[in-house]
Amino acid sequence: MNGLALVGHQFRYDQKAFWRNPASVFFTVMFPVVLLLIFATVFGSQTVDVRGGIKTTTYYVPAIITLSVISATMQSLAMSLVIAREDGRLKRSRGTPMPPWVFIAGRIGNSIVVALMMLALLAAIGRVLYGVEIPWDRLPAIVVTLVIGAAAFCCLGIALTAAIPSQDAAAPIVNALLLPLYFLSGVFIPDDQLPSGVIHFADVFPIRHFFEAFFDAYVPANGAASASISWDNLAIVAIWGVVGLLLAVKFFRWSPRNG
Amino acid sequence: MAEPVISIRGLRKSYGEAEAVRGIDLEVQAGEVFAFLGPNGAGKTTTVEILEGYRKRSGGEVTVLGEDPQRAGREWRERIGIVLQSGRLDPYLTVRESLGLYAGYFRAPRLVDEVIELVGLREKAEARASRLSGGQQRRLDVGMALIGDPELLFLDEPTTGFDPTARRQFWDVIAGLRDLGKTVFLTTHYMEEAQRLADRVTIIAAGEIVARGTPEDLGDRESQPATIHYREGGEEIRVETTTLVETLHELTGAALAHGGGLEGLEVTRPSLEDVYLELTASAQGVE
Repeated sequence: MNGLALVGHQFRYDQKAFWRNPASVFFTVMFPVVLLLIFATVFGSQTVDVRGGIKTTTYYVPAIITLSVISATMQSLAMSLVIAREDGRLKRSRGTPMPPWVFIAGRIGNSIVVALMMLALLAAIGRVLYGVEIPWDRLPAIVVTLVIGAAAFCCLGIALTAAIPSQDAAAPIVNALLLPLYFLSGVFIPDDQLPSGVIHFADVFPIRHFFEAFFDAYVPANGAASASISWDNLAIVAIWGVVGLLLAVKFFRWSPRNG
Repeated sequence: MAEPVISIRGLRKSYGEAEAVRGIDLEVQAGEVFAFLGPNGAGKTTTVEILEGYRKRSGGEVTVLGEDPQRAGREWRERIGIVLQSGRLDPYLTVRESLGLYAGYFRAPRLVDEVIELVGLREKAEARASRLSGGQQRRLDVGMALIGDPELLFLDEPTTGFDPTARRQFWDVIAGLRDLGKTVFLTTHYMEEAQRLADRVTIIAAGEIVARGTPEDLGDRESQPATIHYREGGEEIRVETTTLVETLHELTGAALAHGGGLEGLEVTRPSLEDVYLELTASAQGVE
């Protein structure tokens, strides 16, 4: 098989393993859906003071899609790669003729496909249950934003594995990084209720910028009909992604830490 | 003689101050099952992982299938199969899927069904790895190492922790590989395993080779004192001798002359296990 066919081969098996793993299905697929339902139910009748006032549900649909993309990429990759590394599965695969980039590309492909599925699922739930319009005319901007963000968060997830010493440490470390940033970046709490100091702090990290870029793509600004890609926010996300990529290339390990 | 499949000259490996392998030489010929025997921490895994290209050596020369494993690439990996000392499988893939995944990594893989048969997992072909017993998982691991149809197979302590039944089933699989003409490099700390499977055994202790030979002549058991046991008047008699034939002749001659037998007559030579324990104990005493 040539390189690309081999990536496809690896991707097919990664998909099988992903959908059969109850932990990955729960945390990556079910959890964002449950969060959307809870936020929409609890705060559904209120409005958020952005874009001159929008329904809370209109705010939470792109917010939770943002979370689900990060979950399908950074979180899912960091956890599954650490587990595979400590199981000795990465080391075993390195003993075969398969080039290492093929393995990584298959996993990244898996993450991006799951992220796109989550976009479809959450957008559909938002439309059907809460009447949040799916902005079809902005679909190219939405997909471009999502794919750039997903790729960057994949790189960050792969880099993060180097800082995770064991399987047991994977979930705590990943959640300790992501959960506070979801709160501070306006994903859980609408940003009109966050102090500006918090927003400034969150602006250092990629989650806030990815959320802003995705929100801009998903929720039309007042009267603006044209599809807009928030390049300035995406550029910062991409820089984080490149930094992640460099760290990953330098520090990623194929062999178990304990061996 | 053809070029050896594995050739090691003066191999050394240090981890910081500690020297795990202290200048060993060995050769493995095509088609042989070679056992590298030694206690835990003797340097077996370090050596085998240098041969597999996972670790860099500190000194010496190593050639595996004509190449230096430290620099060998994809083509070389097409020709070898590796079973690591510890390695779990993807719990969510079935036996058939795990083999199918690995088959895709090689240019000319064996048929998945053929390998399933070879490692004795036909009944479990559709079972996920998480549903297999320890012994079955290990056999699947061997299957994944065999799927590329390698010339040379590395097995690092493949049966550690097995119950006797699982160990025997595993040995049958390895015996099958010999029939296929594969070269097998096996590390183990079980004497019996080496004795059962290997054409040649080399014993390593504390990073140095302490003995080598076929399982039969290892440690020169032929010339070591044998022990004759029998009972006389209810009393247990033990006679140690280096001239077994003569001593036996005297004993049996005397017994026949007196019209009696030698109750419970038994002759024992030091087992390979005894030789092994003695060799490795003395090497470790040096530490």
